[in-house]
Amino acid sequence: MIVYGFLNSVILALMALGFSITFGISRVANFAHGGFYILGGILTWFFLQKVGFSYPFAAFFAVLIVGIIGALMYRVLLIRLRGLELSEVIATFAVGIVILELLRSMGFMGYEYRLPVFIDGSVDVFGTYVGLQRIIIVGAGFILLVALHLFVHHTKTGRAFRGVAQEDHTALSVGINPDKISLLSLFSGSMICAFSAVVILPLGTISIDDGYDVLIKALAVCIIGGLESSTGAIVASFIIGYIEVITAMYISSSLTMVVTLATMLTILLVKPSGLFGKSKEIEERV
Amino acid sequence: MTGERRKERIDRPIKAVTDDIFCISSLREISYLIFPRAIPIVGLILIAFLVPLYWKKVIVITFMTAIMALSWDFLASCGLVSLGHALFFALGAYSSGALNHYFGLPVYLSIPLGTLTGAFLSTICLYPALRLRGIYFSMVTLIIPLILLRVVEATKIMGGTEGMTALDPLPPLPYTMALSMIALWAVFFGLRRFINSDYGLIFNALKDNDRAVEASGLSIVWFKIQAVFIGSGIAAFCGAFMTHYYMSVGMSAFALDLSVFPIASSVVGGVGTLAGPLLGAIILGPLSEALRTFGTFRIVIYAALLGTFVAVLPEGLFHYFSRKYHQIERWVEVTSGVSED
Repeated sequence: MIVYGFLNSVILALMALGFSITFGISRVANFAHGGFYILGGILTWFFLQKVGFSYPFAAFFAVLIVGIIGALMYRVLLIRLRGLELSEVIATFAVGIVILELLRSMGFMGYEYRLPVFIDGSVDVFGTYVGLQRIIIVGAGFILLVALHLFVHHTKTGRAFRGVAQEDHTALSVGINPDKISLLSLFSGSMICAFSAVVILPLGTISIDDGYDVLIKALAVCIIGGLESSTGAIVASFIIGYIEVITAMYISSSLTMVVTLATMLTILLVKPSGLFGKSKEIEERV
Repeated sequence: MTGERRKERIDRPIKAVTDDIFCISSLREISYLIFPRAIPIVGLILIAFLVPLYWKKVIVITFMTAIMALSWDFLASCGLVSLGHALFFALGAYSSGALNHYFGLPVYLSIPLGTLTGAFLSTICLYPALRLRGIYFSMVTLIIPLILLRVVEATKIMGGTEGMTALDPLPPLPYTMALSMIALWAVFFGLRRFINSDYGLIFNALKDNDRAVEASGLSIVWFKIQAVFIGSGIAAFCGAFMTHYYMSVGMSAFALDLSVFPIASSVVGGVGTLAGPLLGAIILGPLSEALRTFGTFRIVIYAALLGTFVAVLPEGLFHYFSRKYHQIERWVEVTSGVSED
């Protein structure tokens, strides 16, 4: 149970990370997150099965394309709406729906649309057999986290990211272009989202409804954790991850969503800014 | 800076006259004021009773979605932008369906009671989120209906995936249509009057500056509760009405279309005007019916329209038209070196 809870949490964290990065830096709540996630999976499938690329290539191109779409969405749509938070939300929500429902009406549904696992097999972790794919997910999650940490703290662009996240006017005055950084943040957020799709989706079939699920989960994790805080997102994904597994084991697997919702609403009631929200956010949120 | 032009907008003289002087002197001025208000009312009545039977049914649905859009717009003008209007619709639909199905209440009781129950339940569902504002609130409203859908699916309450069927029907179509039209105008004029009253000002202030509301000694949360109760009640009425119109209620009451449609009509028509969403719904309703053959592709078209309008014409059609109606536009040369900004 501990092992499964851990795996589940890592998956949740991966799903939420792209959303939380984009929001943390550019304040764009990317409601197209679920759309990008599924799009990443479908594109990988397409390159792999129809075009005949090798797996790493297919994944690389899928991730890249989704990143570019994210950037384009910012450049074409969102740049006109900067500062109008609610229009941003409506616009990204619309983009997400367009992607998901377009894919649905193009007929990408069913058992055949699935990605093969990277390496078949399973290993024994503390007495539980765990598929290698799940191990890879955990590994990928950690690599991504370490890479992000290094990027944000030790490169010039990464520091610019943090600058814009903290105060974009001041960032502008020291020569950072917030528009460019926001563009990059959407680019990287979408890439992380597609990357997580490539890693996670081999566990099952690609279904369009998962897109909405991923969005709900990412939002729930970010709301519980406190939106701007990456640490919060990770801690929250562990909380939800374990709660889900425990509910599935002791109560009923169909109730996991309900318990998640209840947890989220309770945390909102007690602490509206989320677990790791800072006092500054309270002023903005409440 | 020669050769640069800018667009100049001047109020039509007749607007200046009719705005300021309350003694209207000529037939032309009277008609200037009355036409834009009378045309939709008279036009809708005429269209509603003249079109063939099939389209009459479409019109009833359009009226209901227009009411949904009005309720969305009301909530939006209180600063509560909901991305999950299906929640209110579904709670209203399920409450009136359950009242009719399990307790055998007749239609004229189950719709009002269902509306109240739906509004009450919606307010409870959203209560934890009311301390949030802006996009944080929107996120929660997006999540709740999607999760409640799973709850219904998983726990099999209220008929589970199949829903409840064989509910009492509404009275025959002409009455139903008259009823829905009366409801539409009642909601429209009621909300407009309410928003413009002193009490309604507080609701507008929630959006513009909720600190000011708090500084005036009024509780933000308490007024948001009222706003959600009114807004969700209106949407719940649509749910209750449609339940009896279709004589069944099922999980489609949570469908995403129902959340997207009010947003789309409001954005297309113009947010924050009440007349805008109405216009948007009246355009989009028949359009969506015409696109029915496309199946789920319909929602792609909505969403694409939504994205386009948000980016290209953020003011919405209503503002656009009323500008054309009230103002003269012309290009003038920019004479001095001052830029048009």
